[in-house]
Amino acid sequence: MLRGDGEGEYWRRKVGKVVAKRRAAGRLFDEKAVRDVKQGVKQWEKRVLEAWTKGKAERKVFQTASAIPLKPLYTPADVKDLDYFETGFPGVYPYLRGVYPNMYRGRPWTMRMFSGFGTPEDTNRRLKLLLKRGETGLSIAFDMPTLYGYDCDHPKAHGEVGRCGVNVSSLKDMESIFEGVPLDEVSTSMTINAPAAVLTCMYAAVGKKNGVPPAKLRGTVQADMLKEYIAQKEWVYPPEAHLRILRDLMVFCTKEMPLWNYISISGYHIREAGSSAIQELAFTLADGFGYVELGKEAGLKVDEFAPRLSFFFNSTMDFFEEIAKFRAARRIWATVLREKYGAKDSRSLLMRFHTQTSGASLTWQQPLNNIVRTTIEALAGVLGGTQSLHTNSFDEAWALPTEKAVEVALRTQQIIAEETGVASVVDPLGGSYYVEWLTEQMEEEAYKYFDRIESAGGILKAITSGYLQREIAENSYRLSKRAEAGEDSVVGVNKYAVEEEEKPIETLKIDFKAQRRQIQRLKQAKKERDNAKVRVALDKIARAYENERENSIYPMLEAVAAYGTLGEIIEVGRSAFGEWREPILL
Amino acid sequence: MRKKLTGARKIRILVAKPGLDGHDRGVLVLARAFRDAGMEVIYSGLLPTPEQVARMAVDEDVDVVALSLLNGAHMTAFPRVKKLLEKMGGEGILVVGGGIIPEDDKPKLLKLGITGLYGPGTSLEEIIAHVKERVRKERWKER
Repeated sequence: MLRGDGEGEYWRRKVGKVVAKRRAAGRLFDEKAVRDVKQGVKQWEKRVLEAWTKGKAERKVFQTASAIPLKPLYTPADVKDLDYFETGFPGVYPYLRGVYPNMYRGRPWTMRMFSGFGTPEDTNRRLKLLLKRGETGLSIAFDMPTLYGYDCDHPKAHGEVGRCGVNVSSLKDMESIFEGVPLDEVSTSMTINAPAAVLTCMYAAVGKKNGVPPAKLRGTVQADMLKEYIAQKEWVYPPEAHLRILRDLMVFCTKEMPLWNYISISGYHIREAGSSAIQELAFTLADGFGYVELGKEAGLKVDEFAPRLSFFFNSTMDFFEEIAKFRAARRIWATVLREKYGAKDSRSLLMRFHTQTSGASLTWQQPLNNIVRTTIEALAGVLGGTQSLHTNSFDEAWALPTEKAVEVALRTQQIIAEETGVASVVDPLGGSYYVEWLTEQMEEEAYKYFDRIESAGGILKAITSGYLQREIAENSYRLSKRAEAGEDSVVGVNKYAVEEEEKPIETLKIDFKAQRRQIQRLKQAKKERDNAKVRVALDKIARAYENERENSIYPMLEAVAAYGTLGEIIEVGRSAFGEWREPILL
Repeated sequence: MRKKLTGARKIRILVAKPGLDGHDRGVLVLARAFRDAGMEVIYSGLLPTPEQVARMAVDEDVDVVALSLLNGAHMTAFPRVKKLLEKMGGEGILVVGGGIIPEDDKPKLLKLGITGLYGPGTSLEEIIAHVKERVRKERWKER
């Protein structure tokens, strides 16, 4: 999948066979019953439905957000192959119904609110506040200069420091972000991609200073570069270079940081960039298979590293399609890991995933409505069996969220978890004719995309040719036009809009002084450090980049500990690998 | 000036995201919508500096530059593009903008002649109409 394995119709043939075999093995309904139901449906359509709808046209053409046409009613005839004995149990292959046997009865999902802005001190205060309010895992947002690997004093960073996340230029900043946070107790997720290896090294260094060894640190870096080229577009080097560093990180973590999730394979951004649910599912899983192949290329055995791979999905407004997507994702991952990549350890087969409600679904108009949207999306994530959840704040179409808005968002999760009872039973929608049918549709459409990506030469070629980016842009334009034509409703925007001028809600203001303070601190760090030590470490990284057999993470640790800056370390790679230019998409 | 050879003069528009912001869903949709509305569209590609955007606008002799930013850096990047256009001999080139722009920032940008400032959920039709009107009135001096 990563480089195209020349197996052409592999997915439809091989996986098709596996799926067919599975279905045949445990059919829930016998053929006679299905025939009777079909007959019954026909009669009902003729006698009841047609009589009822005579002369009354339906409101619109009904379809899912991915444009799968919908009937008014689903019955056992639509899921005649629904098997039970092989897919009916959570915590059992292929994990359709959930990755753990009792799901949220043991422990609810992790409530993890993405946060970070301004200076490290600003962010440190927000993190401590969230922990105090009952959050159970940290999640750090970085600003654009950090995401693109520039120090705060770089000309390109001008005006962007601390604007949409916290700025990290050197280890000093990371020390401040986590000041007083018990790193041996919390798990920390860092949304960082191109510089993920550097941030992992910094986190390890902070841990070390606080007496927590790397092997005990729990957390995640996103590090999913494939989806950066596909969707979020925060890259530095060409794809092969980033994959090389990621490969080093995989090997390093397997040995030294066994509890660290060094990659979070993300569909979230693919969806936010305008893809359909089907594309999100297919492209994310294809990326995932790409990383499995990368790990194998690095000489690791699949069961050595696959248990550390985790996922990150979007949850947006088409409630049932989202739930079907999550369920399908679990089943595909387990099936392919076992059947194609030969995983044997059951932990390799588990698709553990984080969910974030959709930022793109939030409206600037009538912002309080966003609380409702987020609630519905969060519920879909929970009914889909997520392991952790971020709920967006209602003011995020306006700015980074205020404390008040973040609190409502966190409370939304707590209400779902503790008041509604939806977490009492595993996969409560399992067995719904509609949900099971839709799950199968999503799965089949994903396999079709796998074949298309394979025909395009694998994921890397599909990225460098712009194929995947164009597929998303097409869909996003389709959605824009549908909203424009009123075919898809957006309450408060193209329906029930109010004429009078929107009153600004109170939004978070980022202090422009953040930039000055950060530059000051960076200067200080550079003054206090031993420059010779930094130079030696940077040279070692450069040499590691030249030699495929050397692991670049070890010298990176050295550079970070000596207060070599993020920008300096990233620059070493710029000289070695060059920068990436996207193929023309228009 | 490519004045009416065929009668229908086409608006030339540069669509750009100056700065460190890869969220291109909006610009890509806009670029397509402008094209479907009959304009000649030039897309800057991702991550250009304000200098590169202004240079492209002047070299391509566009009527208007449409800027989009979602990363909160509009107060630095938008005025910079405008200023550079003037410096590079593109003072007649119009600048419109959009993205996530807080109310407080809007008057300051408007004062610089950066208009539109559309937020999320604005209809494509409205944006296209705004661009057409400004180009006809201010650039082509039609009445």
